[in-house]
Amino acid sequence: MAYFPNIIFGLVLLTAIFLFRRNILFIKRNILIGQALDRSDRPSERWFNMIRIALGQSKMVTRPIAGILHIIVYIGFIIINIELVEIVLDGLLGTHRLFAPLMGEVYNWLIASFEILAALVLVSVVLFWLRRNALKIKRFWKPEMKGWSKNDADYILYFEIVLMTLFLSMNATDQVLQDLGNPHYTKAGLFPVSQLMTPLFSSLSAATLVIMERTFWWLHITGILIFLNYLYYSKHLHILLAFPNTYFQNLNPKGAFKNNETVTKEVKLMMDPNMDPYATPAEDTVPAKFGASDVTDLNWVQLMNAYTCTECGRCTDECPANQTGRLLSPRKIMMDTRDRLEEVGRNINQNGSFQDDGKQLLDDYITKEELWACTSCNACVETCPIGIDPLSIIMDMRQYLVMEQSAAPSDLNNMMSNIENNGAPWPFNNQDRMLWANEN
Amino acid sequence: MQVPTLAELTAEGKKPEVLFWVGCAGSFDERAKKITKSFVKILHKAGVSFAVLGTEESCTGDPAKRSGNEFLFQMQAMANIEVMNAYEVMRIVTTCPHCFNTLKNEYPSLGGQYEVMHHTTFINTLLKEERFTISGSEYKGKRITYHDPCYLGRANQVYEAPRELIQKLDAELVEMKNCRSKGLCCGAGGAQMFKEPEKGNKDINIERTEQALETQPQIIAAGCPFCNTMMTDGVKNKEQENQVLVQDIAELISKAEDL
Repeated sequence: MAYFPNIIFGLVLLTAIFLFRRNILFIKRNILIGQALDRSDRPSERWFNMIRIALGQSKMVTRPIAGILHIIVYIGFIIINIELVEIVLDGLLGTHRLFAPLMGEVYNWLIASFEILAALVLVSVVLFWLRRNALKIKRFWKPEMKGWSKNDADYILYFEIVLMTLFLSMNATDQVLQDLGNPHYTKAGLFPVSQLMTPLFSSLSAATLVIMERTFWWLHITGILIFLNYLYYSKHLHILLAFPNTYFQNLNPKGAFKNNETVTKEVKLMMDPNMDPYATPAEDTVPAKFGASDVTDLNWVQLMNAYTCTECGRCTDECPANQTGRLLSPRKIMMDTRDRLEEVGRNINQNGSFQDDGKQLLDDYITKEELWACTSCNACVETCPIGIDPLSIIMDMRQYLVMEQSAAPSDLNNMMSNIENNGAPWPFNNQDRMLWANEN
Repeated sequence: MQVPTLAELTAEGKKPEVLFWVGCAGSFDERAKKITKSFVKILHKAGVSFAVLGTEESCTGDPAKRSGNEFLFQMQAMANIEVMNAYEVMRIVTTCPHCFNTLKNEYPSLGGQYEVMHHTTFINTLLKEERFTISGSEYKGKRITYHDPCYLGRANQVYEAPRELIQKLDAELVEMKNCRSKGLCCGAGGAQMFKEPEKGNKDINIERTEQALETQPQIIAAGCPFCNTMMTDGVKNKEQENQVLVQDIAELISKAEDL
């Protein structure tokens, strides 16, 4: 029976890892529903981007307050997770503070730094909550931030508050037990923050303290494992996907929109004087679909973008159309893409392969009005702290509207027929192109 | 105004150092034609051998592509590329950031490889190579704010060349609250120039004009014929057209030099 807690811990850990692995495989499969796109070029530039933007948080600080608070939580998350290695090993081996005897003084300093970071994270998370719920910063209260999106953002903050409080309470009770000379709790660690909490526990009996310390310990580690599995349902996935997302982000100038190669082939054929217009097309030519009306038409990087988005709303905040009261919100484009992709994923899970559900990304999620409001100014792409490109999705969907449905606004149809007929977007005669040279 | 076409020069067996891509706005739009002429005056002053395509030029296809009509875009692109490759064009300068972006970034994969410059970069190079100098004091001490065109700035990272030119005019460059990579669009990009805006509570050009007027400028400088139109309309809407001028950087320089 002595090994009972170890076995329970092992089972809990294995279950959490199993579920997490399953979630990751779901996400991977869903992302790969997208069209192929080669982003294997320029690996050194890509590594550099990932290190600078994701690891180094370089784009977060363009908004200094949110940026600095985020960096504190981020550093806290990474550093405090070092402690997780010890916690997991302690849980499996039934030891207590396994690394303490091995590391000596270094251990004390490590624990002290974890505690200080935990306190800073607590403060930052409370400030984050106040920014959302007391200051009511505009971008957190846009129409797309209702229901789950609003709750999700708050749940994450509550999770962090609970986890940090448990971590510090665990250390506080541990300290009191150490001071009482409890044999299992050997002197180890330096506790600059949790020592302030010890008066809360000092009057309790050793037996009560052990129960409390164990409870905090178990709640803390299971809380972390639950949080790990909450990621799949949450915008918080960015803590993982920000890395591949910045690695695979577009490296070309932002104004360079990709050329559709199927169209290139057709145009080349049309312009080839030796082409036989009556030739039967080759057997393998499947009529291609132009542009995107559903997530399956988007490429895998665009779908990864959707899973990576943490709904911070900087894109929407910078969007000129949104600033002037139009329906378009680049964040909503990403959220809709993810919601639809999840729906398609569930459909596949239920039916083995995708069965037509009579829905698509266009119209059922993203309206034409949103798509036509975009000025393609790239402000959303420029500002995204983790390299998401909402503009490419908007442009692919416009391509579908125009090339598959001929559904452009009539003004644009006029402009396009002018280009076709006169080589200019206005109804001027191309022969008059040089008139300006003879005017004063 | 002496403006040779590439066809004429080729017939004479000559090759210009650069092709001036005038663009549709620069060719047809009354306001933009003034920018075109100012730039040509600068080219003459600096002794640049240039040519235009004239009636052989056709829309780059930018507004078609941004509208989603990839087919029309590529038809335009390939026809233009065929013309330019036949003339063995190597370098292009243009006064329109949309033409600039499309020629520079979207023509290469369709077979058109050129060195493409925006006119502000080109003029800056001419000054650095001392092919002409700015000596006039027309703008000394004047407050000028510069509006970053999206397709020059964010799309292609050209932020400094236009600003350096304004400073060479001895003017006081004042920045708007949104500038450089955070510059706010004028509202014309992505083919919006050619359609009515969607329902909103304000036009984008008004929002941007308000930002510009906050700096209390005497001149709003632009580097794009479409931004120019949008900002001019915005200034008129605010009834400031008698106090605040909207000018292309080429116009500022040609006026400073009394060209």
